[in-house]
Amino acid sequence: MMRDILVPLGAGTIFGAGLTIGGMTDPARVRGFLDLFGNWDPTLAFVMGGAVLVMALAWMLQRKMLRPFLAEGFSLPDRNDITPRLVGGSALFGIGWGIAGLCPGPGFAALAIVPGEAAIFVAAMLAGMLIVRLAEGRG
Amino acid sequence: MSLPGFPEAAPLAGLIGGVLIGLAAAIMLLGAGRIAGVSGIAARAFGLAESSMPRGGAWAFVIGLPLGAWIVTTQTAAPAPAFAGPVTLVIAGLVVGIGTRLGSGCTSGHGVCGMSRLSQRSLVATATFMLTGFATVALMNAFGIGGLR
Repeated sequence: MMRDILVPLGAGTIFGAGLTIGGMTDPARVRGFLDLFGNWDPTLAFVMGGAVLVMALAWMLQRKMLRPFLAEGFSLPDRNDITPRLVGGSALFGIGWGIAGLCPGPGFAALAIVPGEAAIFVAAMLAGMLIVRLAEGRG
Repeated sequence: MSLPGFPEAAPLAGLIGGVLIGLAAAIMLLGAGRIAGVSGIAARAFGLAESSMPRGGAWAFVIGLPLGAWIVTTQTAAPAPAFAGPVTLVIAGLVVGIGTRLGSGCTSGHGVCGMSRLSQRSLVATATFMLTGFATVALMNAFGIGGLR
């Protein structure tokens, strides 16, 4: 159905615009934030703060809703267990994030800004995801 | 607008960007009933993860990211940002891809959507990737490796 395409397309577009305006598609700015013990750049804290604030309001509204406005039902994560996989995976992700100053969202968004470099990062990231899938025997 | 003590910071642009990201995530949550987690949605789009999300919708979200970035860059005259060299990008990309699948999320899913919901898993994941991110940049700077071109 159209709404199954248009809602995520609109959300993705606003998301990509927000990443770019907030400076997250600039690896130097992201690494500047991660450079806590050096020349620290707090910009990312404002990005994160703004996003979390709006989403906290959205969650308050969500709790009063029986179903989403444009879909049949909510499909939300409900796990609460802290596993070695969660912590180890997140630790790895942070290392990769620090190395090049890119996380998945800005990687895709940067395809429109620095296409060659962004494509290398995105291709390697998808390869990493494929490695996990193959290692789990679900290739 | 600048921040006292941090001449390079762009707090207002950061806040506006952040509010837009939150708005996008809110549209996904309240409209589609889903988490706007980029790593999970991308894995779904490229057939690298099982999910109840329709694959066309996952593709639409992923295509929207550069579309939104493109719209912003056509309205501004900012110079293209510096990226790391190809070898560094490959290493970083691989580690990010493996880490986000194992950790079930990235900055958007855990950091924005999960933290704002006070999800225990997301709070632990976000604290972990922030700590290793800080440590990685500190170590790279200490040994003079990396750097952007």
